Order: sequence, then structure tokens, then C-alpha cells
Amino acid sequence: MKRDYKNGGYGSGQPTYNIMKKVMSSEVMSSDHEIKMWTPRTVVMVLFIMIAAAIALYRMVYGLGAATNMNDAYPWGIWLGFDLLGGVAMAGGGFTIAAAIYIFNWKKYKPIGRPAILTAFLGYLLAVIALFFDIGHPFRLWHPSIMWQVHSIMWVVAIHVILYTTTLAIESSPMVFEKFKMPKVLTFLKRYMVWAVIFGCMLSTLHQASLGAVFLIAPSKMSPLWFVGSFMPYMFLISAIAMGLAMVSTESIISAKAFNHKIDNEIFFGLARGLLTTLIIYLIVKVYYLITTNSLGVAFNGSMPSMMFLLEMGLGVLLPILLLANRKMRTSLNSIAAVNWLVIIGVLVNRMNVCIFSIEDYNTTVAGASYFPSAMELLLTLGLISLGVVLFKMAAKYLPLFKY
Amino acid sequence: MAINRRDFLKVSAGSGLLLASSVSLADAAPKPLSSDAVGILYDATLCIGCKSCMVNCKKYNSMEGGALYNEDGDVPYEYSPDRIYDAPANLSGKTLNIIKAYRNGTGLNKDQAEDGFSFVKNHCLHCVDPACVSVCPVGALIKDPVTGVVSYEAHKCIGCRYCQVACPFNIPKFEWDEPSPKIVKCQLCHHRYAEGKYAACCEFCPTGASIFGKVVDLQEEAKKRLSLKPGEEYAYPVKRVDSGETMTQKVPHYTEKVYGLTEAGGTQYMLMAGVPFDKLGFNPRITDDAYPDLTWKYIKKVPILIGALLVAGTVTHFITRGDDKES
Repeated sequence: MKRDYKNGGYGSGQPTYNIMKKVMSSEVMSSDHEIKMWTPRTVVMVLFIMIAAAIALYRMVYGLGAATNMNDAYPWGIWLGFDLLGGVAMAGGGFTIAAAIYIFNWKKYKPIGRPAILTAFLGYLLAVIALFFDIGHPFRLWHPSIMWQVHSIMWVVAIHVILYTTTLAIESSPMVFEKFKMPKVLTFLKRYMVWAVIFGCMLSTLHQASLGAVFLIAPSKMSPLWFVGSFMPYMFLISAIAMGLAMVSTESIISAKAFNHKIDNEIFFGLARGLLTTLIIYLIVKVYYLITTNSLGVAFNGSMPSMMFLLEMGLGVLLPILLLANRKMRTSLNSIAAVNWLVIIGVLVNRMNVCIFSIEDYNTTVAGASYFPSAMELLLTLGLISLGVVLFKMAAKYLPLFKY
Repeated sequence: MAINRRDFLKVSAGSGLLLASSVSLADAAPKPLSSDAVGILYDATLCIGCKSCMVNCKKYNSMEGGALYNEDGDVPYEYSPDRIYDAPANLSGKTLNIIKAYRNGTGLNKDQAEDGFSFVKNHCLHCVDPACVSVCPVGALIKDPVTGVVSYEAHKCIGCRYCQVACPFNIPKFEWDEPSPKIVKCQLCHHRYAEGKYAACCEFCPTGASIFGKVVDLQEEAKKRLSLKPGEEYAYPVKRVDSGETMTQKVPHYTEKVYGLTEAGGTQYMLMAGVPFDKLGFNPRITDDAYPDLTWKYIKKVPILIGALLVAGTVTHFITRGDDKES
């Protein structure tokens, strides 16, 4: 149960073979008792979770109108635009890393495989919780599973969520079976894991794309800054991959620091290169669409949606590309960490823009209504984020999360 | 891990099945207008803004089977605390139908865009191929194959509100204040057909501004009105296009368009006016596309994508497996 903290690993900038060998020989303990559960920050987060639980109860008793500021002009607020769409985008790291390890056989990324898949699982879990409280009849959430509607993109999305959340649970389950020492189940799982991964990657790719396709139906309401026609599904997919890479990288950097785990820096450099490529593709497709539809001018007309668009593209796409294009930046953990946050915030803003700000022009000219989230909407969101962080921390403490 | 022939066959069979399922999906084409489809023709030039249609819409839809029915049987304007007539500004969970007014400049001339005014009646247009029906994940919104009426089955609805996002005309409304909410929209009084009745807004329209009838007849009537010379007299049908009751009026200057003939793939509620329709609150960005096609183009690709991604994933896994051994 001894680990070498002095050589290599986080911050040293140089991978150390010895460390890798030790880690690979699975000398890492199966659960980490060095992680202190009840730090002041965790106490605050648990408090947020309790507040969110109380709000959730209030929403169940008094309804959506009492708890939220959503209205007929803005039927989808931040619970969908931020919690659900953001949670699912956050999960993009799961299938990206799983594909890298199992499908492309880039074994270098194995050390971040478990955290990436766990993040995806938590992202989906939070998305499903948000959805549960957001829909008008939470206890009918299961309806799509028996009331098939193949022509409904929302039904396609619902089936994907059910199947993919299950697949993610299976992909994360080896940690649990290791913890409770069930070698037979483990052997069985390991033998078939690659099929679960291939199936999961297919589901997740399609689910990310289908979430974008949800908005294909609203061309006459959405701003051309975000309604990109038949590119819609693919823009969601590309940005989810970007957010996934940034998320996995960030959380590995943080947990390496916080939980004192050693992760080869080459992994972060590789993720940063992947992020750069993804963002460049995103930028090219976006600019191409804006030029071909003659809507580049809308981005600079000074309206609220145009500001949000510039914020999203400038902070989340352009600046990260400029930073990562510099080789020095791309190979420094501190600047990678900063860029990761820019991308994460950028994609979250993008999801809210697509869901909320893109119909602002329509609503002010045609429907005449406005929306700003209520305190309860914001607090429930805060509680959900806290829940994600606390669950991740518990997994790091009690499960062999950083073993592979 | 090792792959054997059985595993490989299983995967191939799986993707084969999924590919096969795409064939049956490809058959779901947009539905044509039924010859027995019913609808409404609203002529803004005949409307005097009395709002009789609004009051009677609420009254008759609060009866059993109506879109505003609740267990108490109260009419929405009766359960306001002071029990006085409500004057809604918009469609809502309590209002299926609303008369709005356009006004410009001095507002003196009826049915003129400049220095004039016009009324307009908003409610569900009952699209020939409705976006709301296509997007509902549980089939809570349904289009009657004969009458073409788009109605709502509350017990299926999960309350996701995708219909509100999808409807280009912004029609479905949600009962935000209810712990057990419903989507509320005009269902063309389909609960009254069995007793030989029809849409209340048409039955109680005193001027024939709203008339009920078969969509084919209404389209005929609308085209006839457009072909009339402004200033000549015409016997406008009242209540129903085939009621036989008429009211003779001077033909006004119509905007050269019947709204609803082609919009969003065609609708069963059609409007005529003297003022351009974008000035009456209709979103000019609405195209003539049948909106369900927009998502269907993507959905029909999904089964093929499933198969392609599974095959691509499997193939890539085996091609790159050698790299594993080297490391």
C-alpha cells in the first residue's frame, strides 16, 4: 500500500517509468482512505443538495409555475438548457475516452478510463434527475418506453437515455465488483466489456447528435446563429466531444492534485491536442454555415442573443484554439487546465443559448414574453452540480476509481 | 480479449436486424388531407371584434369532453375570485381562442394596414401534417384520420412541452399553475360532433367571420371570395359554409392570400384579411415545409447510423488490436 509521491506524476512534466510500472501492477489500493470525506467544501455542497431536495419537494407539491419562471413562450428553462443539455454534454468524455481505449486501442488513456466513464454516468444521472423534476408529470417518465413513437425525436432521445444510462452503469460496474471482491462477475464483465463499449459508443454518439436534432423542428423560431439546419445534430456531437475531453482532463488534473494520484502528463497533452482538433472542426463548420446562410451579420447586431453568441464563440472556441495552437501552452498543465475551463463554460453557454437565447428574438417580436430563472431554478441547479461533485468524491474514496 | 466466431455472428446479426428495421421506418410519409377533414375559415374583414367566439369557446369547452373541462365543470371566467368576465391578453391554459386587434396610425379605416385596424382570431390551425403530433414522445397528441382534428390525450402526456417548442404557430399552452398539468389547445370542439354540433366559435359568430365546414369546401369558398371584385355585393355564408344562412355584405379589398393553404404544409384553419398576415402576428419565417419532415430526415437515418457505428466500432477494434500487443 505504498506509493511513490516524489517522482513523476502531476506537475513534474515528465512521465516516470517506475510509477507507471507500479500503477500498472495494480499496487494502488482498492479504495482510498486518505481522502477526507467531510471537508468544509463538502459540507457546503451537502447543504446545497439538501436545499435542492427541499425545492424539489416544493415543485412536486405546488407545480412548475410555483417553482420556476418558465412560461408558454419559454417552455424550456435552465433545468433543461443547463442541467439536462449540459449534463449530457459533460458526459461526452465517457464515450470519447472509452472509444479511444477499447475501439482505437490507445491504451495510454487507460488511467483516465474509469473516471471518464463515471463522469459520463453521473452526467446522465444528473440529466435524468433534472428531467424528472422538469417534466409536468414526473411519475410518467417511463411512458416513452411503452408508448412507442418512432417519428418523434424526443422518443428517440428518451430510448437512448434509458439504454445508455444502463450501459454506463455496466461500464462502471467493475469498480463495484472489485470493491466487493466478486471475481467471477468481474471476469465475465471483462470478457464482454468491449461489446458494451462499442454498443455504448454507438448509443452515445447518436444520443448527443439526436439532442441537437431535437431543435431541427424550430427553424422559424430560432436565431440563425444557432439554428444550423441539418448540421444541428453534428454540432451537438462535436461540441459534446470537446466538452467531454475538457471535462475528463480537468477532473483528472483536479483529482491528481486533490487525491494525490499520479497521472502521466502525456495523457493531458494528448487530450489537449484532441481538444484543439475538435474545436477547429467546430469553428470551421460554424463559420461555413454562418457565411453560406448570410447570417454572419446577426452575430454583430448588438442584441442580447448576439452578445451571448460572441461570448460563447470567443470564450469557448476562439480563445482556446489560439491558446492551444501555441505549443508551449499545449504542453503546460496550468494553461491546459485554464483552457479546459474555458471550453466547459463555452459549451454550457452554448447549450443555454440554443435552448433559451436562440428564441429571444422570436419571443420579443412575436410572442412578447421574457424569462429569467427563478431562485428555485438556480438553487436546484446548484444542488445538482454539488450532487455530481460529492458522488464523484465518494466514488474516489470508496471505489477503486483510479485503478485500471 | 478474444473474439470467436459466435460473438462475431451475434454482432453481425444484431446490426442486420437494425438495418432491416429501417426499411419499415421509411414508410412513414406525411399524410395527405382527408377528404372529410373539417376546419374553420375566418374572414377578418367580417369580424366586428365582439368576442362572442371567445366566451362561447370557454363555455362549451368546459363541458365534458371539452379542452377546458375539469371535474367541477366550472368555466374559466367563473372561477376567477370575483367571478367576472376575464379578458385574456394571450392564449393560455384557460384560453383556447382569442381575438386580437391590429392598429396603425389613426386606426380609423377597417382592414387597412395604414391608418387602419383589423381583428385577428388565434387558435390551433390543425395542420395537415402537424409538428406537435410528430414530436410528441408518447403519442399524447393525435390527428384524427377522418376529421383531421388535432386532439390531446391527457393521460399519456408526460409534460415535456416539446409540442410548445415545435409548434410554428405557438399554439399549445401549458397549465403552469397546476401540480398535475395538461397541455391545452383548441380541439375544434370535436366533443360536440356526436350531437350534430360543431365548433362553438362558428356557431356563435353573428357575422359569419368564422365559418365551419369541410376543408375542401372552405378552400373553395376562400378562393371564390378572392376572385370577387371589391365593392360588389356577396352573400356570405354564416355559421357553416353549407348552412344556407347568409348575410349580404360589400366585398372588401383582400390581401391576395389565404393564410393556411400552404403554410407549414397546409392547415385546416384558414384566414382572410385586408391587412398583411405578418402584421396580424403571424411569423413571416414560417415556411411551406411540412415541419415533421425536418426531424424525419434525421430520424430515418438513425437505424442505418446504428448499424454503421456498430460495424465501424467492431472493425476498428480488431484492426487496431495489434497496437495493444506492442505497448
